Amino acid sequence: MVDLSQYLPILIFLAIAQGLSAAFVFLPIGVAYLTGAHKPDAEKLSEYECGFPAFEDPRSQFDVRFYLVAILFIIFDLEAAFLFPWAVSLDVTGWPGWITMMIFLAELVIGFAYAWKKGALEWE
Amino acid sequence: MTSFFQTLGMTHEWAWFTATIAGILLIALPLMLAVAMIIYVDRKIWAAMALRRGPNVVGPFGLLQSFADGLKVFLQETIIPSAANKVLFLIAPIITFTVALMAWAVIPFNSGAVLADINVGLLYVLAVSSLGVYGVVIAGWASNSKYPFFSAMRAAAQMISYEVSIGFILICVVLWAGSFNLNAIVMAQKDHVWLINGFVANPLLFPLWVMFLISGMAETARAPFDLTEAESELVAGYQTEYSSMAFALYWLGEYANVLLMCALNATLFFGGWLPPLDIPVLYLVPGWLWLFAKIFFFFFIFSWVKATVPRYRYDQLMRLGWKIFLPVSLLFVVLVSGWLMATHHFCDADQTLYPDPDHYGRIVNNGVCP
Repeated sequence: MVDLSQYLPILIFLAIAQGLSAAFVFLPIGVAYLTGAHKPDAEKLSEYECGFPAFEDPRSQFDVRFYLVAILFIIFDLEAAFLFPWAVSLDVTGWPGWITMMIFLAELVIGFAYAWKKGALEWE
Repeated sequence: MTSFFQTLGMTHEWAWFTATIAGILLIALPLMLAVAMIIYVDRKIWAAMALRRGPNVVGPFGLLQSFADGLKVFLQETIIPSAANKVLFLIAPIITFTVALMAWAVIPFNSGAVLADINVGLLYVLAVSSLGVYGVVIAGWASNSKYPFFSAMRAAAQMISYEVSIGFILICVVLWAGSFNLNAIVMAQKDHVWLINGFVANPLLFPLWVMFLISGMAETARAPFDLTEAESELVAGYQTEYSSMAFALYWLGEYANVLLMCALNATLFFGGWLPPLDIPVLYLVPGWLWLFAKIFFFFFIFSWVKATVPRYRYDQLMRLGWKIFLPVSLLFVVLVSGWLMATHHFCDADQTLYPDPDHYGRIVNNGVCP
């Protein structure tokens, strides 16, 4: 049985850490108003583009390979998610558990080899 | 600590609550102080390697440099670009810094000196550190500016690429230790090979440590993998539009993550709070001192690499992650698990390593013993 009360300190930590970081972000804004450092103007608030107005919308097309990496990541991270419980229960499952996981890994390696062969991992 | 507060006349619940708050502050505040000092140390090491003097004006030997910088950014104006998505723009640094602090909740500083002694500690660290990518991606998107956007794309792809191999490396460590609990992993390294406390002395795990160290640098976007903020290409990366303390939070979060990586290196491969050698006289030094010494040693390596190794190109970075680390770490999962099965590792481990098996959720009766 998992003792959930062990996780309570983490929840409290989350609240404190969030409060701390929020204070770090919002306090200087207030302080800047008080000290008079807060003086925004149109030029200052425009986006950075080496000193001239931006040519185009920054949220334009990006390389499809970032997509491919994300998709491959999902596959291998899911694989890791299967490996975690397997790793701590190998003493219970024994050789059958080990062989089963090896078959699973072999299938994934075939998929990985296919992605490699197709050039999904290439960044020229 | 709970019992200490109980002696002050509190009920058990209130004593526990006060003790937890005290523990959290005992982790978070010294961590922020340590980050301020480690930035100074980083600059000093970097300067020494370039035959410069580094910060030496503010305070004795320039020790107060980070605090002066902190005060400066605190008093600066927070510029929120007119094109930015303002709420997300301000939330992003909060996420980054919160996540950087959170992971420390499960790092054991001494025998039992850990805020949350959960049985899936390592999994928690992995989960929390992978949340860090949100802070960067949201910053890049919400800035609505070209360079932060490119940087966020790069950062996301880089972080998730190396997370895969880090996951496989951690599985090997967990296989050998038989637990996700970080205290149990530290104890499993006691007297591992020839009196050495640490998995690093193990020939099967040593290559994994090397990969973990390099992956850690890539995961924290530290030089030579700092492509997310390559100043010759992307100005300041995802931080370009940030100013004031929001900018500093990225800085602090980054160094807190670097320290976390150093702490993980120490905990997973170098015996954590155990002394380097399993000799009784070394146990006279308190455990947290050993851990801090190891963290500092790894930070020196991180600084050293930053000062000496030229930056990778992005294609080289992805090739290293996907074509070298991923297959090799996957191979090591097979090798390590196969070796442990073949040598009946799981038969004799339980009784000696875990005097109280139920505490870590272990099942003592196992089916692999001959």
